[in-house]
Amino acid sequence: MSLYAFLGTIEIGFIYGLVAMGVYLTFRILDFPDLTVDGSFTLGAAVTATLIVFGINPFLSTLIGTLAASCAGIVTAWLNLRFNILHLLASILTMTALYTINLRVMGKPNVALIMEPTMLTPFEGLGIPAMYLKVIFVAVCTIIGGLLLAWFLYTQYGLAMRAVGSNKRMAQANGIVVNEKVYVGLALSNGLVGLAGALFAQTNGFADSTMGIGTIVVGLAAVIIGESLFGTRSLLIIVMSCILGSILYRIAVSMALNADFLGFQASDLNLLTAVLVTLSLVFPKLRSEWKAKKAKKEKV
Amino acid sequence: MRLSSILKSAFVSTLLLSAILQAKPVYIATTAIVEHPALDAVRDGLKKTLEENGYSGNNLKFTYESAQGKPDIAAQIARKMVGDNPDIIVAIATPSAQAAVTTSNSIPIVFSAVTDPLAAKLVSTLEKPGGNVTGLSDMANVKEHLELIKEFIPDLKAIGIPYNPGETNSVSMLAAIKIQADKMGIKIIESAAPKSSDVMIAAKQLVGKVDAIYCPIDNTIISAVESVVRVGIDAQVPVFAGDTDTVARGAVAAVGYDYFDLGRQTGDIVVRILKGEKPGSIDVKMAKGTNLFVNPKMAKRMGIKIPESVLNRASKIIE
Repeated sequence: MSLYAFLGTIEIGFIYGLVAMGVYLTFRILDFPDLTVDGSFTLGAAVTATLIVFGINPFLSTLIGTLAASCAGIVTAWLNLRFNILHLLASILTMTALYTINLRVMGKPNVALIMEPTMLTPFEGLGIPAMYLKVIFVAVCTIIGGLLLAWFLYTQYGLAMRAVGSNKRMAQANGIVVNEKVYVGLALSNGLVGLAGALFAQTNGFADSTMGIGTIVVGLAAVIIGESLFGTRSLLIIVMSCILGSILYRIAVSMALNADFLGFQASDLNLLTAVLVTLSLVFPKLRSEWKAKKAKKEKV
Repeated sequence: MRLSSILKSAFVSTLLLSAILQAKPVYIATTAIVEHPALDAVRDGLKKTLEENGYSGNNLKFTYESAQGKPDIAAQIARKMVGDNPDIIVAIATPSAQAAVTTSNSIPIVFSAVTDPLAAKLVSTLEKPGGNVTGLSDMANVKEHLELIKEFIPDLKAIGIPYNPGETNSVSMLAAIKIQADKMGIKIIESAAPKSSDVMIAAKQLVGKVDAIYCPIDNTIISAVESVVRVGIDAQVPVFAGDTDTVARGAVAAVGYDYFDLGRQTGDIVVRILKGEKPGSIDVKMAKGTNLFVNPKMAKRMGIKIPESVLNRASKIIE
C-alpha cells in the first residue's frame, strides 16, 4: 500500500470513527438499535453541501447539517417513545423517509463541492500538503469528538443515560427521566453520524443520495472490531477503540482492494471485507479459549 | 483498400515497436462506481483502443476497481489510485469521477459515462477545461429517442417514464426529455421507483395513461427492466429504452450509444494524453455515434408493428 493510499485509508477511518461512536451510543449504551444512521449520514452531508453551495460559511453549514441529523434521531426516538413503535422499525421508517428528504434538500441526487470552499480551505494556506492536511483535520475533529463524548458519558447526566441503557426500570425507580435520556442519546448519536457525513462530503467533494447505504454495517463492524481487540475496560478506551476499530476496518477494505496479487477481483471486495472482519471477531475469542485450555492443562 | 490496410498495420506495428522500446509500462488505473453491463463495456472498449494503439501485454499495466455502488469505497479507491501514481486515472460514472478529481490535481484524470460533467463540477468549462481533468459525457440525444417512438406511434400523446429520483444521470436525462417532449407536444408522465423491487409497481401505474413506456438510462430501472417488459406485454403497451443493450432484454427498440464504443472514444482521449497532450487542453467530448436496435418478437408480443423505415435502418435486429 502506498503512503498516499494509507493516509487516505486512515482519513476515511477517522471520519467513520464518528459513525462508530454514534452507533456505539445507541446500540451499546442505550440498547436502542438505531438504523436511522443510513439516512442521517446522508442528511448531514446533503444539508452541509447544499448550504455551502448557497454561499454559507462551511463551519456554520456543518453545524446546521449536524443539527439536522440530530433532529432525525429525535424523530426516531419520538416514534418509538410516543407511539410505541418498535425501535428497529421506527428507525427504519425514519431512514426511509430521509431518502426522500435528502433528495428534496439537495434538489437533485448529487451536489458537487469540488470547486466550493470547505472547512479545510482556511488551513490550506499553512503550507501542509493536502494529503496530510485532510488526515490531520479529520483526526483532530474525530478525536475531539471522542474526548467530548467520553467526558459526557462520565458526567452525572451521562451516567444516568448509561443507567437507562443497562436497566430502564431500575433507572426509572431511581428517579431518572428515561424518555429524555433516549431523546438526547439519539440526537447525539445521529448528530455524530451527520457530522461524519458533512466531513465526508467536504473531503471528497460531493454529497450523493446513495452515500449512506450500509453506514450502519460499517459503524457496527468498527464498534465490534474495536471491542474485540481492546476489550471494555474504561469508557475512554471504549470510545477510542471505536475510532481505532473504524480505522482497522478501512485497512481491511484497503487490503481487499490491494489483494489483486492473490488473484482476487474487484467484485470479491465485499466477501473479503466480511472475512477480514469475521477473523478479527473470531481471533480474540479463540485466543481466550486457548488461554483457558492452557490454564486448565497447567492445573492438571 | 489494400494499401490503406497495409499502411494501417505498418502504423500499428510502428506504434507497437515504439511502445515496446519504452522501458516502463504505461499504467492506467480505472475505476467505476458499480459493476454494470454498460459500465463494464466502457472499460472493455477502453482496453481495446489501448491495445490497438500498441498498449497491451508487457507495456501496459491496467487495473480496475469497482466501488460496489458505495461512495465511501469510491473515495477509498480514489486514494489508493492516486497513491499508486498511475500515468492516467480513468473514472467511470459520476461519484467515482468526483472522488478522483477531489483527490488529485496533478495526475491526469479522464472521466467517462458522466451525463453532466458541468453539474458534477468535474470541469468548469467543456472547451479546454484546464487543469488535469477531461473526459467524455454520455448525455443522451433525447430528441432522437422521442422521434423514434413517434415513428412507431404517429399519434403519440403521452409517454410514461419510470425512473429512480435518486440517480443523478437519470434525473438530468428526464429533465432533458421533458424539455424536448414539450417542444414536440408530447406529455411525459413520470413514475418513481427508488429500488429495483419498486420498478414493477412504477410501470403498472403508467398503464392506461400512456401510449408507450420509455426506460431511461437508469441503473435501478435497467436492473429490473424485465418487470417493465412484463407489464408491457400484459397491458399491450410498447416498451422503449434509452440504451441499446436493453433491447435484447425485451424493449421494442432503442437508439443509443454502444457503451463499448463509448469506451473506445474514452480510449482515444487517453491515448492523446499518453502521447503527450495535456488533459486541460483537450475538450470534453460528447459521446458520438448512434445505433438502432429493434426486437421484432417483442414488438409482436406488445401489439405494435415495427415501421419499415425503422427496420431498414436498424443496425441490429434481435432475433
